[in-house]
Formats: sequence, C-alpha cells, structure tokens
Amino acid sequence: MTQEKSIKEKPVVEKSAIVVKFVGDSGDGMQLIGTLFAETAALSGNDLATFPDFPAEVRAPQNTVSGVSGFQLQFGHEKIYSVGDMCDVLVAMNPASLKAHLKAAKDGALIITDVDAYNDKTIEKAGYTANPLKDGTLKKYKVIETPVGTLTKKSLEGVEGADVKQSTKSRNMFVLGMLFYIFGKDMKHTNDFLELKFKKKPSVLKSNLIVLKAGYEYAKTIKSIEQTIVVKKAKMEKGRYRNITGNIATAWGLMAAAEKAGRNLFLGSYPITPATDIMIELAKHKSLGVTTFQAEDEIAGICSAIGASFAGAFACTSTSGPGLSLKTEAMGLAVITELPLVIVNVQRGGPSTGLPTKSEQSDLMQALYGRNGEAPMLIMAPATAVDCFYAAFEISKLSLEHMTPAILLSEGYLGSGSELFKIPSMKDLPEIHPPYADPNKKYKPYERDPKTLARYWAVPGTKGLRHRIGGLEKTNVDGFVSTDPLNHELMVKLREEKVMKIAEFIPEQEVFGKETDDLLVVSWGSTMGVVRKAVEEVRAEGQKVAHAHFRYIYPLPKNTEKLLSKYKKIVVCELNSGQFVKYLRSTYPQIPYKQFNKVQGQPFNIHELKDHFTQLIKEK
Amino acid sequence: MDQGPIQNTIGRATGKLTSEDFVSDQMVKWCPGCGAHFILNAVEKVFPEIGYKPENFAIISGIGCSSRFPYYVNVYGFHGIHGRAHAIASGVKLANPGLSVWIPTGDGDSMAIGGNHFIHIVRRNIDVNILLFNNQIYGLTKGQYSPASPIGSVTKTSPNGTIENPFNAGNLVLGAGGTFYARAVDNNIPLMTQIMFQAAKHDGTSAIEILQNCIVFNNKAHAAVTDKDTRDDSQLILEHGKPMIFGKQKDKGIKLDGTQLKVVEIGKNGITIDDVLVHDKYSQNPGIHRMLVNMSLPEYPIALGVIRSALAPTYDDLLTEQISEQRRSSKIKSMDDLLNSGDTWEV
Repeated sequence: MTQEKSIKEKPVVEKSAIVVKFVGDSGDGMQLIGTLFAETAALSGNDLATFPDFPAEVRAPQNTVSGVSGFQLQFGHEKIYSVGDMCDVLVAMNPASLKAHLKAAKDGALIITDVDAYNDKTIEKAGYTANPLKDGTLKKYKVIETPVGTLTKKSLEGVEGADVKQSTKSRNMFVLGMLFYIFGKDMKHTNDFLELKFKKKPSVLKSNLIVLKAGYEYAKTIKSIEQTIVVKKAKMEKGRYRNITGNIATAWGLMAAAEKAGRNLFLGSYPITPATDIMIELAKHKSLGVTTFQAEDEIAGICSAIGASFAGAFACTSTSGPGLSLKTEAMGLAVITELPLVIVNVQRGGPSTGLPTKSEQSDLMQALYGRNGEAPMLIMAPATAVDCFYAAFEISKLSLEHMTPAILLSEGYLGSGSELFKIPSMKDLPEIHPPYADPNKKYKPYERDPKTLARYWAVPGTKGLRHRIGGLEKTNVDGFVSTDPLNHELMVKLREEKVMKIAEFIPEQEVFGKETDDLLVVSWGSTMGVVRKAVEEVRAEGQKVAHAHFRYIYPLPKNTEKLLSKYKKIVVCELNSGQFVKYLRSTYPQIPYKQFNKVQGQPFNIHELKDHFTQLIKEK
Repeated sequence: MDQGPIQNTIGRATGKLTSEDFVSDQMVKWCPGCGAHFILNAVEKVFPEIGYKPENFAIISGIGCSSRFPYYVNVYGFHGIHGRAHAIASGVKLANPGLSVWIPTGDGDSMAIGGNHFIHIVRRNIDVNILLFNNQIYGLTKGQYSPASPIGSVTKTSPNGTIENPFNAGNLVLGAGGTFYARAVDNNIPLMTQIMFQAAKHDGTSAIEILQNCIVFNNKAHAAVTDKDTRDDSQLILEHGKPMIFGKQKDKGIKLDGTQLKVVEIGKNGITIDDVLVHDKYSQNPGIHRMLVNMSLPEYPIALGVIRSALAPTYDDLLTEQISEQRRSSKIKSMDDLLNSGDTWEV
C-alpha cells in the first residue's frame, strides 16, 4: 500500500452514543461482526447493549427480505439502556437488507452498502422496482457505496488458499475493518479472536486478517468519510466486566443459586427458540455438578425436574410459550406437592408457534392463571439482560426457601440481547437456606414453617423421613390422601397464602421520580431500558413523569397499592394487548389505569413512548 | 434366593429386614380380589430380600389403579400425573442415583398417555424397575378399552368391539432397545418375587409386564394363561441356561425350526431334549427374545420369566462418569471461576 503515506489523518468528532445496525443475508456473517464490534467497543470502555434479529429459518432464501439477518448495537459514553430505536450507521450487505431496514435509519445516517450485490435480479428479489442507489431512495442519507465484493477479492489476490468461496465468506471482515477505522477502534480483539478460531486453518486465518486490514485501510481513502467518530469511555462503576446475554445470565443465576444452596442443579428441558441457549450453557457445566437432561418432550422436561426436586436437587426447566402450554399440567403437580422448581419461560410472539424469534410479553396471563384448579405460583420478570442473572438467582432463592414452584418470565429480547455485566463476587450474594426436615423428629409432609408457611423438604435416602406425596389433595400437616371438603378449602387457602407471604421477603416497589408527578408510567420485563430512557427524556424537557418498573409480578410488592394510589394518571406500557394492566385492574380495581400497548414482536421505540407520555400529560 | 449379590452401589441395610419394615399404615383401597393385591404382596416380600436400606427405595407412579401403589409401601413415594411416571422417575434417579427406583404403572399409563416416556426411559437404559400391570382395560375410569385390549374387545367406549390392534408390551420394550424384559402373572407370587429380584439386580431399565386381572371391568381377561387347570400347558416359564420345556409332564419344548419357533413333543418323532432351545437371557441379540415375546395362544404357550437381561451401560452410570471426569479436568471449579472466565476487563 504505497498510497498510505499520502493519506491525511481525518478530523475527529465526539459523540455520546452511536447505534449501528448490521444487516445482510443469513449466511453473510452479520451476527459475527456485530458481536466482534460490540466486544471491541466494550473493551475500549464503552457501555453498550446488543440485539440480534434473525429469521427462524436456518438458511433462509438468499437476497430476499424474509432472509435478512440483523444485529443491532448501541455503544456510548453515557449509560446505555437499550439498543436504541433508529441507527446512526446501517451496514447493508445487499438490496434486500437495505429494503428491510432502511426505515430504521435516522435521517442523515451513514449507510455502507455493497454495490457489488446490486444487479437486476437482486434488486427485483428485494422488492424494489428500480435500483435504490440511483432513484433517489437514499437522498436523505450519507451513502458509502462500496464495492465490497471486488475489493475483498482484490485484497486476496495472490494469497495462498484464498479462493472465490473464501473471498465471498470474508466480505463481512472488510466492512468490519471499515467500521473500526470510522470509529477509531483497535482491531487487536478481532485479530485475537480470528487467530483462536482459525488456529487449525492458517490460510483462512490469513485471508480474514488481510481482508479486515484492507477494509480499515480502504476507509481511510474514502473522501466522503470526512471525519472519524470517537465515543469516549463510559463512566462506569469500578470493577471487572464482561459482556453477557440474558440467557447465559439466566443460566448462571440458576447455577449461582445452586451453589449457594449447596444442591446440585438439575435442568430437565426440551429445545425451543429462544430459550435453548439456557440448556446449551448449562450443559457445559458438569464440573459444577450441573445435570442437563434433554427430555423427549416439554412434559418430560418439567416432570423430570419435578422428580429431581423431590429427590433433593435444585431443579429447573426452561422453555418458551408453546412449551409452557405443554407443561401446565405438571406445573399444577409442582404446586400441590409444594416442591421448589424454577420454570424459565423466555417469551416469544404467540399464540401457537407464532413468532418464534420475536419478543413479546404475552404469556403473563398464562403464567398467572393458566392451570387447572387454583394453582398460585411465584412469578418474577427480569428487567435487563444482566438482571436475568440477579432475577434468576433471586427467584431460585425464594422458590427454595418458600417451597414453591416459580416462573421466571424472561423474553426473547432479553435472552438474546447482551449487556455489560459487572462481575459479582459470590460472597456478596445472599445465602440460601431451604427448610430441610429434621430427621430426628416425626416427619409430617405438610407441616409448615409458621413464618413462611413452607412445608419441610425431606430428601429421599435420609433415614427417618420416608413419606409419600403426590397430585391428590392431602390433609394439611399429616399429608394423607383426603377429599374432605374443609381440608381442601384450607389447603387451597394455604397454598395461596404461602405464595402471598413472599411479599414480606422481597423489597418494596421503587419509583423513579416524585410522588407528586403528573403521570406514573408502569412497566415490567424487558421494556425497562426504553421506558426509563423515554421517562428521563420527557423529564429533561420539564414534564413531571415518574416510572415504576415491576420485577415482582406475583406477589406484587406490598406497597404497590399505596404507591399507585398516589397518582392521578397511570399508564401501563406493555408488549401485549394489556395483560399486566388487566391484572392490576383486578387486583386494585379502585385505581384508574390507562394503557399503552404494542404487539408487533418488536420492542418499544423511545419516541413513540415520549409522544404518548407527552400527550397523556396534556389530557385533562 | 440363589441369584447372587446385588450388583450396584445403593446403600445396604446392615441387619436382616422383613416385610414389616415396608408395610405402610394406609388402608389398601383396591377392589377385593384385584390382582394388584398379589403384586403388592410380592413387593413386600422382595424388598427386604433385596436388602437396601428402606430409605433408599423410591416408588414413583403416574395415574391409574396401579399408581396408588406408593401409598401402600413405607418407602419414599411420589404419586404423579397420568403417563408421566417414567419422566418423573428419570429425574429422581438422575438427581439421586443412590435410590432404588420402582415404577408401578398400567397399560394405559405406560402405553397410551405415557407411551412416549415409556419408550424413552427404556431407550436411555436408566436404572429403574418398571412394574407394568397389564389388565387390558382402563380400571380407574371404569371400563374403557386400553391400547392392550385385544382387537374386538367390547367395552364401554367400544360397544361394537375395538377396531385397533393392541400393543405387545414386550415388543415395545425390545423395539426401544430394552435391556431387561420379563413377564409374570399376578397369581404366581413366587415367580413375581423372583423376577423382581432379578430386575433389582439388573443395571438398566428393567421392565416387568404383569398379566393382572381386573376383577370388575375385565374379569378373566388372562384366564387362558393363568387358570390353574390349564396353566402347565399355556405357560412356558423360562429359566436362564435351562431348556425351554413346559406341559404337565414336562414333555413339550420349544425348538428353532428354520427361522421360526415351534412347539415339539419330546420323545415323539425322534425329538430329544437336545433339540429344545436353551434359554439365554443374556444374549445381546434380541432375535430369540423377540420370538419368545410374540408367542401367543393357542399355537404357543405364553413365555413367562426373565426373557431378556442384556448387559449394557446405564444412562445414570455414564452421566456420573461424565460429571466426575468434568470435575477432574475442568478449570472451572466454582461459580467465581466461571464468572471470571473468558473475556473480561477491568474498569
């Protein structure tokens, strides 16, 4: 590269946060470069959030809108709450991906697209009637038309083992190199990653390294890139950090609870999108005593977990909506046998198979009420990818200490999304003390701890604690099979009261903002980040808006009614048609609620929330 | 019993146990005369013989008359939901391998609503013992046909006779790659206890099909096999290493004729005892086992006893091995190790 010396360093401009979206065909390697860019940004000290957006098909048809795979990230100098609404940079590898995601680009956004991928056929397949690069479609944006295919091929000329196939595969590295230049990021992390990944394929490694560098160098020469962008380090709490997805955080939270409780972790599960990553992660950790049992179906998944719990393990099952439907009968069995069990439901769009890879909050009613008989269960919902760790730990602790099955209502958006995780030390997490039966006392299966109403856990193999439990109603205390009407009513009440009592062991609901604010925004689950950001922004504009984000769903924190009663206007925001609001209306009917809903398999946008809040405040 | 020591490592009792150590204080609520009483009797006899500590037994069931069993034996018991006993028991055994796990189940529980779990526990070869009470009818729901009812059975839900072929439980077990399959009749308690003892000894899933009489809804369904007057000719009681002979005079035998089994009379047409097949329950090849399972009246006697007991690694042993190997070789020894593994950085 002889021209290198003549290139002048470009001026640098500072930004507080940047949203980048990588889109292309399923096989274009968008997830990989998105992840590598995110990790590089994290290592350089930015806060960030990521979210992959991919089709359900393994190899969806090429060059079609339905086959587009995407990866979005926001990195910043400020606290990053979400992956952001609209992107500042859109990397589109072909016309179909441009067609699918252009609407997500801000006015004036930088668009990098591979012009080599544009021909009559691909343009038509994408659903364009004319070439979008030429017909003014992109006039609002700053477009860098890059012949990525040609330049990749050129950079690999004369490189041993670099054939056409390799050159096509490496296109993603070229654009990644370009982005590293534009954002002044170091390529060391990516180089290290490639070296590890292609240790045994030296020619593939070499090609990738060359193409990455070529992209970086090429970006320097582009005139229309007038400046490079710097996003300074975020002000983050001191400590050791890592990047983590919600599903891995969930798996680790469950494992952390097993370690604290001194029980082996057992997961009985069946693969289902988007929850499978939890089982995949847990399967790696036999060294920590974790058993994963890939059952023959969802029912066997939960039933094996119930068996494991009876036998003395800390048992879990993981699933998504349709799988939760299949588990319902067994959930009732866990309720009546009063065994600890954590059911992780990573929600997706429903009903039925619905939108397997898209996120929704529409299983709340199913979690609350979807069982025969009166079968109350502890329910919690994590708020962020990192919170999946803490929520999984906490629900496990409560399930074990209160002898009740519990549902962790995660979401596809949380499970697949990632965030920076300040690594906790195990010694800082609370201890877990399940109520074990005393082998020296006569054991009665339904005798209860008066503080929690939890029955005592008698692990098979222990001398002196032989007993029988099961799905038939039992007498309180003694645990004999019984159809006695008054006993049944008592047991129904006790099971409910036991779960409601958990409210005395969890923190009170917090509010961001003031009691005197004009509007209280209520949310739960994955929407924490966007809703908080929207509330912060309208507050900065002078509006009096408060925000209460619920992690504890059943029972609700004990100050909930008092807290809600303080506000004249309450709006409950959810990614469903209004399930949490329906639940609040039935629980505290005297309080007036408004609702704001979206059921598109997509998260809220900050602007739509802000517009709605602003309008609500104006309303008399 | 002359079966030698129990092979595996479940905690043994120090002293001699008796039936009294296992009798529960619950009233047994099966119908008077029900075959299930005999099976309970056999279990109470065999558990002390097996010699594990009483607290190391767990009985896991689903739904049906058979599945009330856990309440009637004083060990750890779990009465589950319809069809799911095998899935629940899988979790019990894998989470607590020091338990001897027994699954009383029925033909509906294991071959209809729980058919999936049944074939999969057998396929995995998890070390549990299945007592499949086959009465060819739904008893607890009061008389509907089951997947084991013979074609043409007239029941409350098949007033004109069933028009579907029944399952042969042995075929399901062998088809799923089962390592242990035995067949018993409810009115022969010594044979049942002997089989149960061998099941306990076998490492892997032991499936025992018990031809059980439902006195109320399907009385005498197995009479052709179990009747005292005819049973010598209708039952072939298999013993490992012994020729397959039966009949009141012990003069009938089973011979391999080409690719088929054939009933022969010893001493007639030049047939001697040497022509009769010798039973090999340990044979890895299930070919003869399958033919024995499929023998049916009136052409053949019904094969009883341990038909197959093949040696194979169990799921639970392999799991334990993988866990100890990972504990030994992995650098991750605690959650703190895991949390700090891989790409991390200091701020």
